[in-house]
Amino acid sequence: MEALIDSVQVDLAETEVRDLNSALHSPGSKAWRVANPLGKHSIACGLDAPLTVDIDGHVGYYCAGMNQHASVTVHGNAGVGVAENMMSGTVRVHGNASQSAGATGHGGLLVIEGDASARCGISMKGIDIVVGGSIGHMSAFMGQAGRLVVCGDAGDALGDSLYEARIYVRGTVTSLGADCVEKPLRPEHLAELADLLAAAGFDHDPAEFRRYGSARQLYHFRVDNAY
Amino acid sequence: MSNDLASLGLRESATYDRATIHAIQRAAETGVYDIRGWGAKRKLPHFDDLLFLGASMSRYPLEGYREKCDTDVVLGSRYAKSPLHLDIPVTIAGMSFGALSARAKEALGRGASEAGTSTTTGDGGMTPEERGQSRHLVYQYLPSRYGMNPDDLRKADAIEVVLGQGAKPGGGGMLLGQKITDRVAGMRALPVGVDQRSACRHPDWTGPDDLAIKIAELREITDWEKPIYIKVGATRTYYDVKLAVKAGADVVVVDGMQGGTAATQEVFIEHVGIPILAAIPQAVQALQELGVHREVQLIVSGGIRNGADVAKAMALGADAVAIGTAALIALGDNHPRYDAEYRALGSAAGYYDDYQEGRDPAGISTQDDELAARLDPAAGGRRLANYLRVMTMEAQTLARACGKSHLHNLEPEDLVALTIESAAMARVPLAGTSWIPGGGL
Ligand SMILES: Cc1cc2nc3c(=O)[nH]c(=O)nc-3n(C[C@H](O)[C@H](O)[C@H](O)COP(=O)(O)O)c2cc1C
Repeated sequence: MEALIDSVQVDLAETEVRDLNSALHSPGSKAWRVANPLGKHSIACGLDAPLTVDIDGHVGYYCAGMNQHASVTVHGNAGVGVAENMMSGTVRVHGNASQSAGATGHGGLLVIEGDASARCGISMKGIDIVVGGSIGHMSAFMGQAGRLVVCGDAGDALGDSLYEARIYVRGTVTSLGADCVEKPLRPEHLAELADLLAAAGFDHDPAEFRRYGSARQLYHFRVDNAY
Repeated sequence: MSNDLASLGLRESATYDRATIHAIQRAAETGVYDIRGWGAKRKLPHFDDLLFLGASMSRYPLEGYREKCDTDVVLGSRYAKSPLHLDIPVTIAGMSFGALSARAKEALGRGASEAGTSTTTGDGGMTPEERGQSRHLVYQYLPSRYGMNPDDLRKADAIEVVLGQGAKPGGGGMLLGQKITDRVAGMRALPVGVDQRSACRHPDWTGPDDLAIKIAELREITDWEKPIYIKVGATRTYYDVKLAVKAGADVVVVDGMQGGTAATQEVFIEHVGIPILAAIPQAVQALQELGVHREVQLIVSGGIRNGADVAKAMALGADAVAIGTAALIALGDNHPRYDAEYRALGSAAGYYDDYQEGRDPAGISTQDDELAARLDPAAGGRRLANYLRVMTMEAQTLARACGKSHLHNLEPEDLVALTIESAAMARVPLAGTSWIPGGGL
């Protein structure tokens, strides 16, 4: 019940998401608490200020999409594309997240305390994602930059067509995607993993993880370029 | 030379013409396939196969140059708070910074602004050069999301969700390593020098129901201000346009198979998609059946070269057109002045299509600073503006001849077709007959 007194309360059973977002885009207050999200889409997306937004319940698609600077916490589960294209700030989901969590994110930290579904971190471009549970297939597909940490297991085709994103998995990996390989966990990786786990609030031993990255075999096409 | 061969009684095979023979030889020698820029090069049913029926006894023409024939267009009036109001219905299509130099993008912005129209970013984000010079800038939202960020989204005048391109419907993009310089790599968050792939599917939605939610998100992020376009390559156009409208588009962009590209496999460019002529009537039918023709605007592209093409596209029901290749030619692409250099690259002025190579003598499809310096953005912008004005005046000439006081008043009834194919595709009668072959959909 922290900050309950100071925060602005918005009840989505009575207020339109559009009005909530528009208030969050030019906020007079730093702390917000949203009741009855009822699985609605696009809640708290496009934020551009260091706000704290607590959402009490389950959210639909694209919650906290394109977040900048804000700290958004979902006290429930999140639908497709939570924190998609996030630039900075923190998004935390206490429950599970659906597909494409953190898709194309450029920065900031996304923490999913439960499981994430398929395509977690797809096309990630610098975001850090820490998942307390397991993730589904095709995660980190074409991941360009950033770190994906999975405390549970990973599904099929992990890291397919990966560029420079780094992936850490504590449990099993069903299969690796094209051009994704296991790589040695060196001291600098243990250190960054320890930082990420600490930032996310997990106390696993970094040494229990394995690291995966790009074999960089798909970086150059074998084609005729000048015919 | 070819005359000499003909006089010897030699006959070139229509099936195995010289380009085909060369392609087989090249494949046999190298074992790799061909990537190039430009659009389909084969002959296709096109606007040249349509003619206007000028006014005579039963229709009154308007006086050329004197009588009013308006050309403006409003794009995005369905849901957006701030629709675009353009002076002319010829827009500049999305071409990426990366494929094109920053100076070329700036030149496109300058030319478009001078002529009172919009320009469009591309796969790779928004540069300050083009934002600065473009009065109306459409920001593309592509599967790759390279360079996508909310600050630029808010700076844009409209947002174009790209599902596909006419040159490669169903294909992603590519930008070869020689063009991934520090700046391009930085904007796309990629390692310098990689052969870059752009995804062919969006990463966080699948299908039209998801797209509706995605569009609503983009509107939420930008406070419902900006028009949202959906761009598709022409394939199952009737269905795609219906679904785009259902997903909440303000504007639908349909790009035919002639449409240009910066880098795509030759086999893709020539064998996937349908000509724009076949796509426009399908798109218009879809809009009409939903009761939103003119409310959801239709922009068409793919091989638009002159005012006649503009007028014909509009007569078939488009609200505006977009140009890519022609705009590059107006800037100086394929100019004879560079013929010797094109030849040194194994091409020739008028044939050059290796945009993917980054060695463009005209300094347009390159990231090489020395080559790029050959294009003066101000002079290039002026050439583009001139060309846009000529196209507009040509379209007005044809509209006046048909008695229309606004380009939008052109209608299919003003057109006939020269060939059975074009009559069937464009759904206008074969000239001299009342016959519209084919049953439509
Ligand atoms: C050099 C070049 C780069 C292009 N880059 C993009 C792009 O980034 N995104 C996109 O949607 N279309 C891109 N296109 C396609 C154009 O937006 C447009 O659909 C096409 O050029 C229209 O056909 P036209 O060239 O015959 O006018 C590109 C085209 C060219 C020639």
